[in-house]
Amino acid sequence: MEDLSDLYQEIILAHNKRPRNGEPLIPCTHQAEGFNPLCGDKLTVYLRKPDEQVNEIACKTEGCAISRASGSIMTTMIQGKTVNEIGKLIEETKALLTGDEEPEIDLVQHGEMAALVGVRKFPARVKCATLAWHALESALKGAMEATTE
Amino acid sequence: MKEDTDLRKDFPILNQEINGKPLIYLDNAATTQKPQAVIDRLSDFLSKENANIHRGVHYLSMNATTLYDEARTCVANFINADHNDEIIFVRGATEAINLVARSFCNERLEPGDEILITEMEHHANIVPWQLIAGENGSRVVPAPITDEGETDLDQFESLLNERTKLVAFVHVSNALGTINPAKEMVEIAHRKGIPVLIDGAQAVAHQEVDVQDLGCDFYVFSSHKIFGPDGLGVLYGRKDLLNKMTPYQGGGDMIEIVSFDGTTFRPSPERFEAGTPNISGAIGLKAAIDYVTNIGWETIHKKESLLMNHANKLLGEIPSIKLVGTAENKVPVLSFTIDSVHPHDIATILDTKGIAVRAGHHCAQPLMKRLGLSATTRASLTFYNTVDEINQLTETLKEICALFES
Repeated sequence: MEDLSDLYQEIILAHNKRPRNGEPLIPCTHQAEGFNPLCGDKLTVYLRKPDEQVNEIACKTEGCAISRASGSIMTTMIQGKTVNEIGKLIEETKALLTGDEEPEIDLVQHGEMAALVGVRKFPARVKCATLAWHALESALKGAMEATTE
Repeated sequence: MKEDTDLRKDFPILNQEINGKPLIYLDNAATTQKPQAVIDRLSDFLSKENANIHRGVHYLSMNATTLYDEARTCVANFINADHNDEIIFVRGATEAINLVARSFCNERLEPGDEILITEMEHHANIVPWQLIAGENGSRVVPAPITDEGETDLDQFESLLNERTKLVAFVHVSNALGTINPAKEMVEIAHRKGIPVLIDGAQAVAHQEVDVQDLGCDFYVFSSHKIFGPDGLGVLYGRKDLLNKMTPYQGGGDMIEIVSFDGTTFRPSPERFEAGTPNISGAIGLKAAIDYVTNIGWETIHKKESLLMNHANKLLGEIPSIKLVGTAENKVPVLSFTIDSVHPHDIATILDTKGIAVRAGHHCAQPLMKRLGLSATTRASLTFYNTVDEINQLTETLKEICALFES
């Protein structure tokens, strides 16, 4: 199935099967839900952020492999980062997945999220990949819900 | 009688590659493809015959009026309506249901009244009733279905009571393929004097529909699901009911006399067709019905049951695949889940192989909830599909299982 490798790479399949930090983090300081009404993907992002730094993060996802992998990879990238650093990561991820210009993949910068760049070819699936990141953004703002709409 | 391969050739869209692979179109419950006969008819009408109807005294207008009326007659014959005036052209099955909700139910519903539907309804046969019920303080009651996806007739009957003002149910389920025992359900409701609407959107392309034999009061369907153009649907209603109903929309063509003191309305069908209708759509639908009639139900049934049996057998042999909707009586719609793979991932991977299926809740969220599912993958077949396409689908599904289970 070589032609599938574009989107459904081993990294994505592995994160889908065993998401990192996939259990609810209770108690937490910040929490937000992400919901895509079109496909039913649903996830919750939990943060422990006593100050400017996110000490712990979890993302519990009910949804497709793309949304699960994206949420899982996101948690591994966010842990221990400051709000400023996270803001930058969110912008970089949005550019990677949805930017008008074809992104140049930088494995140091993008990390495992680079595996999700294939989603650009599937417009109906882009929101699956961005959902966790929208929810993270909402959680940081203190909001309790994010949607892809 | 045409051979299968000839029938397939009638559909130009099928002869193309998607993502470098020959297109395998298994999303016929969403919309059917159009035969060359329909495409040519639309093109001819727009190239040579286009004009507005009912208003002009010039040749093209009179001719277009005749063609539009012929389309109505064709639909009336197709579903064996008693009279042409019982056929109303609307935008689609959804609008037809909304029309009945507004014009038939609105005046009849009182606080505490009920509209009985089933748990397997498409949102189009839920939400219009909820909207009207919400305005009237009445409510929508769902009749339960079995785990196999069949309406529980005993419960259906027991839910009918003196507060039930309308029964509305799907003839064939879009998500499960179940064919409801429509005639029996109409009889049960009529024994208690309750009018019945049947949503035939998924039925008309798979089986002969005879509204008089069914005995229903209203029947709705969409042109695009029976190889015709989109943007056109049909409401069948019993003449005596239609002419007592208030208009759905106001405008030209539906009036007798307009004055600032008041306006009187024409009888059905004009009463419900305000403004310039979808003339080319109706003419295209006639071409589609002529096409289907020409093939004949026997040929269609034979091919569809061959495909369904083959698909049931092959998919049944894959241990991780669970078929959803196993009613005894069904059209070739195969809804399924794979334990370890989300339906959207299945659909995306199938798409990379040129295979078009639908994944999701199929506009039937309450049904999904009833079945304990968030979504399914659905392959919906019609007579132009082939055994080889089912084989390709099965092989790709096996690969998907292997990929996700490794």
